[in-house]
Amino acid sequence: MNWRRVMRIVKKEFIQVRRDPNLLRMIILVPVFQLMVFGYAVSTDVRNISTAVYDEDRTASSRRLQQAFTGSGYFDLDYHIHAPREADRLLDAGQAQMVLHIPRGFDELISRGQSAPLQVIFDGSDSQTSGTVAGYTRYIVQRYSSLITLDRLSRAGGGTVKLPGIEERVRVWYNPELKSVNYMVPAVLCMILLIVTMIMTSMAIVREREIGTLEQLVVTPITPGELMLGKTIPFICIGLLDMMLVLLISVYWFKVEVVGSIPLLIVMSLFFLLTSLGLGLFISTISRTQQEAMMVSFFIMLPSMMLSGFMFPIRNMPRIIQWITYAIPLRYFLVIVRGIFLKGNGLDILWPQAAALAAFGIAIIFMSATRFSKRMG
Amino acid sequence: MLQRIKMVAWKEFIHILRDIRSLAVVIVLPILMVVLYGYAINTDVRHLPLAIIDLDHSAPSRDLMGAFLHGEYFDVAVYSGDYAGLDAVMDRGRAVIALVIPAGYAQDLSAGRQAQVQVIADGSDSTTATTAIAYATATIQQQSAGLAAAAVLRHGTGTGIAPPVEMRQRFWYNPELKSVNFIVPGLIAVILMMLSALLTSMTVVRERERGTIEQLIVSPVMPRELIIGKLIPYILISFLDVILVIAAGRLIFNVPLNGSPGLVLALSAVFLTASLGIGLLISVSSGSQQTAMTVAMMATMLPSVLLSGFAFPVKAMPVVIQWLTSIVPARYFLTIIRSIFLKGMGIGQLWQPALFLLLFGAGILWLSSLRFKKKL
Repeated sequence: MNWRRVMRIVKKEFIQVRRDPNLLRMIILVPVFQLMVFGYAVSTDVRNISTAVYDEDRTASSRRLQQAFTGSGYFDLDYHIHAPREADRLLDAGQAQMVLHIPRGFDELISRGQSAPLQVIFDGSDSQTSGTVAGYTRYIVQRYSSLITLDRLSRAGGGTVKLPGIEERVRVWYNPELKSVNYMVPAVLCMILLIVTMIMTSMAIVREREIGTLEQLVVTPITPGELMLGKTIPFICIGLLDMMLVLLISVYWFKVEVVGSIPLLIVMSLFFLLTSLGLGLFISTISRTQQEAMMVSFFIMLPSMMLSGFMFPIRNMPRIIQWITYAIPLRYFLVIVRGIFLKGNGLDILWPQAAALAAFGIAIIFMSATRFSKRMG
Repeated sequence: MLQRIKMVAWKEFIHILRDIRSLAVVIVLPILMVVLYGYAINTDVRHLPLAIIDLDHSAPSRDLMGAFLHGEYFDVAVYSGDYAGLDAVMDRGRAVIALVIPAGYAQDLSAGRQAQVQVIADGSDSTTATTAIAYATATIQQQSAGLAAAAVLRHGTGTGIAPPVEMRQRFWYNPELKSVNFIVPGLIAVILMMLSALLTSMTVVRERERGTIEQLIVSPVMPRELIIGKLIPYILISFLDVILVIAAGRLIFNVPLNGSPGLVLALSAVFLTASLGIGLLISVSSGSQQTAMTVAMMATMLPSVLLSGFAFPVKAMPVVIQWLTSIVPARYFLTIIRSIFLKGMGIGQLWQPALFLLLFGAGILWLSSLRFKKKL
């Protein structure tokens, strides 16, 4: 290995990057733009649930129940309807996410010490959102019901019986305000890093092959190992630069706090870059044209988005798919980044993920290096 | 004019047929993706790993634990008699929610006092956490009311206390709240969007790179004839895809199709025109196949997954981003396809997104032929 020759290649790559305005745009503008747009888009907060109230009872009890809903801060009682037909229309059009139906006699049944039925209809088509909405609803109704029970019981006990009860104190760790931005923005950051580095690396090498300049390089005294190293070093630099860029935006624009150590985060992103550059190199060894390279990148990107835990929890996937996810490097990096950002995890906890990334990176780079030298020889 | 369009379409068809391998990929791939991801993705919040720290070791504390395990929401992942290990459990993500029952819990209850328990949630995944907290607190409330009722009964003063409010919940359109019914129609839209734009993004620019475009220029074919002619074979191919993926959704995942299948197909054709048109516009506007492909991927993959409402509800986005989503055709098609599948809606209710897709498609095609003219 001759370092001077490696550095020559690095320099040549940098000159090429500087000359290509498209590439510069790809390095700086695209990641920033993506983070800004997608960072805002990927919110899963369920707030302002638009609710239609069909109050047939119109009594103090029914009003108190409605107040319990508004008071929670999650529900907007946007519609007050007077016929079941209107509920159909609102749910069909997706204007209301749920309908709260308080039947006639609600108050009377309660004051007689009986059970009053309450009907709640959810728009179940978005199963995720309506699951959350149903959870909130159940909690509010339960609380309302418990207060009445206590009241009844203390009357039944004639004030002499001491009533036991359980009081819950809820504490939320790591993300006390339960804002989805704190969970999603670090993930978008990982995603962007993968896209930029993997696609650019694969393109850069395939392009030389397509144009035919790769053969010129082969006849020079440079060894395949040196060539590969020289080709990847610039992209490591670019990857790190992008990492800093998106990190700054996450922290200063989206106000996502990094609880853990930033140096650790950067070292770990180097590990991740190893895998995404390795994938890029690998793609370049199996594709003849840039178009093919792009297609293959596409097939790696999609599972990285859907199966890595970026959008959908791995915990819920069927066992077989869970095994598949172990082959996706982004999976490990997401755990690392979210762990450092939110939980302040250190290496004592994250070492399995770090080791997996390192192993994956070394394996894929080794594999593409052997393939690469064979094709050149 | 029709004759010339037919000729261009036929020529493009021959091109496609020559490359049988790519054609096979194009046809098989969407089904594979719908099946794989439809099978993989599940957003049901059930069987959440729960850590129980029972410092009381009493019958009432075990009762409370039983109440948590009664439903299908929680599974005990960790059970511990002391508090010390909790940090590590939560840090490692082995449990997403913890219930801490302090020492003296049973004593407080038997003395008729308020016993306190602690619920600790891992908030990092806020969606899961909010649902978990809601279920946990509701469970505790219910247990609490039961205990109070039992105490009164023991004194013999009560006559059995009925729960004051009995909530009956129903989920319309998706009664069992299965996430597959939500995800699979979404996947159909997202995958069709990505694939169709990639398909056409090559067609014109390839001719330009190979130089065959000049032959087309000297031929009497008009730009708009060329655009339409090029589009037709791809519409047919992707229409085949539509039929296949919809069949896969119906037969493999049993997603109910409550609306009219004819309407789904008709509106799919409208959507395909728009999304294939995007690819064509990219193709006409770019100088090389590489740029075309990069732009096509950037313009379709992330936006159609993240901005279409596929996983992240558009309603929850900031207003500016909501405006941005209005130029993503997948967003409209997603609304359409979910409404037809789950809500059984007809064109009477869906004319707005349908009309938008139609206008969008027409606009994109008009723009493509315009840009093509300029390049000539």
